[in-house]
Amino acid sequence: MSDKVAPLRQPASPADAVTLTGEVAGLIVEALNLEIAAADIDPDAPLYGEGLGLDSIDILEIALVVSKQYGVQLRADSEDNERIFASLRQLVDYITAHRTR
Amino acid sequence: MIARRGSVALSAAQFLADVRRVAATLPPARHVLNACADRYHFSVGFAACLVSGRVSLLPSTHTPEMMRQLRAFAPDVVCLTDEDDCSIELPRVRCAAAPQPAADAATLAVPQIDAAQLAAIVFTSGSTGTPVPYRKSFGRLIACVREEAARLGLPGHCTLVATVPAQHMYGFESSVLLALANGHALCAERPFYPADIAAVLGAVPAPRVLISTPVHLRALLASGVVLPPMELILCSTAPLAQQLAAETEQRCATRLLEIYGSTETGQIAVRRPTRTPEWTLWPGVTLSLEGEATWARGGHIEQPTRMCDVLQSTGEGRFLLHGRVSDLVNIAGKRSSLAYLNHQLNSIPGVQDGAFFHLEESRTTHTGVARLGACVVAPGLDAARVLEALRERIDPAFLPRPLLLVARLPRNSTGKLPQEALRSLAAAQGKTATVA
Repeated sequence: MSDKVAPLRQPASPADAVTLTGEVAGLIVEALNLEIAAADIDPDAPLYGEGLGLDSIDILEIALVVSKQYGVQLRADSEDNERIFASLRQLVDYITAHRTR
Repeated sequence: MIARRGSVALSAAQFLADVRRVAATLPPARHVLNACADRYHFSVGFAACLVSGRVSLLPSTHTPEMMRQLRAFAPDVVCLTDEDDCSIELPRVRCAAAPQPAADAATLAVPQIDAAQLAAIVFTSGSTGTPVPYRKSFGRLIACVREEAARLGLPGHCTLVATVPAQHMYGFESSVLLALANGHALCAERPFYPADIAAVLGAVPAPRVLISTPVHLRALLASGVVLPPMELILCSTAPLAQQLAAETEQRCATRLLEIYGSTETGQIAVRRPTRTPEWTLWPGVTLSLEGEATWARGGHIEQPTRMCDVLQSTGEGRFLLHGRVSDLVNIAGKRSSLAYLNHQLNSIPGVQDGAFFHLEESRTTHTGVARLGACVVAPGLDAARVLEALRERIDPAFLPRPLLLVARLPRNSTGKLPQEALRSLAAAQGKTATVA
């Protein structure tokens, strides 16, 4: 039983979520060349506007990185979009639920 | 049909009914800031102003400062919006376009608009911080986009999908007026992410036209999303690297045309960058060199306009664009332009994006010669390789010091790249700079 392969979209364990959060924060810092350390991004602060201070082009940049890394194509016309970029945590939750790799 | 929202067709009769309804809800004010985000709502609002003798105001930004300036310019101005959480500090009117087909739509006649009627006032930021208004008459706007349809070689009944806002002069002309004046359908959506662009294009019938910018085209190519066949891709707002133009045409198996223009003049020239660096002017538009400046006049241009770019006439109705006037570079007597240098930089295989910039005074050397800096996006190349390739293309005087490899360039929302932003980026990276 311990060898059983995890089914797709199994809810992430808290430990996985923490790992992924660090990973995504790192990708954002790297992609946008931010002057802060990945670990210093508040997972609950808004990414857009105030908070990290990103603009729409940054968001586009993040979307490209996320699609390359996790196979998630972000969509602005989904109702989720504002929620997805509400914070790093929300973005990570979305990736966890929709990643294809 | 006049427009589409997703797979839903919006008829001309529906449009006319919506125009009448919105015109009836506008207060007595003569000036209307049309802030509708949905392109169909914007178009209804614009037409509602036209038929009721009102003037649409199209500022380049909706910042509180711009709204203060707009109130000073036109104290009666009201804001037409289609958003619940609109925060614009003006008296607001909801755009009342009907969600359901209008019953009496079929009986409505198409209103006739006097060519001389003032249709819109657009604003440039101006050099002193005070926005400068430019008045656009209906007849000239329409003449310009009728010519555009011919220049673009569009077949009948295209659907226009645009990633640019309707309020920007390029978007106003190429995503709204181009459709309304030539029997094409405009798309209400303004797709943002590559997957959105693909989805909106996929939801509309052929022939499809994508109206976009270098920033969005770069993102589209990088994303690898699959796009449906397109009749044409139109690009404007910032110079398009020749390499990106070629890659876009190849990947999308279509033509890419570039529009040249300004807020003051509207669009005045077009070219296919993969075929020729030369721009072809709109009929009647002429360029003349007066002192060091190039002036454009004639045709649909409202008043003679001093262009911000260095334009070199190459024959009747044709010119080469050599970059903005402020792009001129003179290093120890050797002359070039940032546009030229950027072109060379972006032509290096492996360079995805790159820009030269003037360093501030403090960065000059003891000899008094100020060098240029450059920020380059080139994953897979190191600074030495980029410099090596540059050295083959440009005079050594122009080699960047420093050359900074960065993840992306600090382009603003319209794709423009302020020199100040480049300098700030370089200053921020200064400690890790690779100095040539």
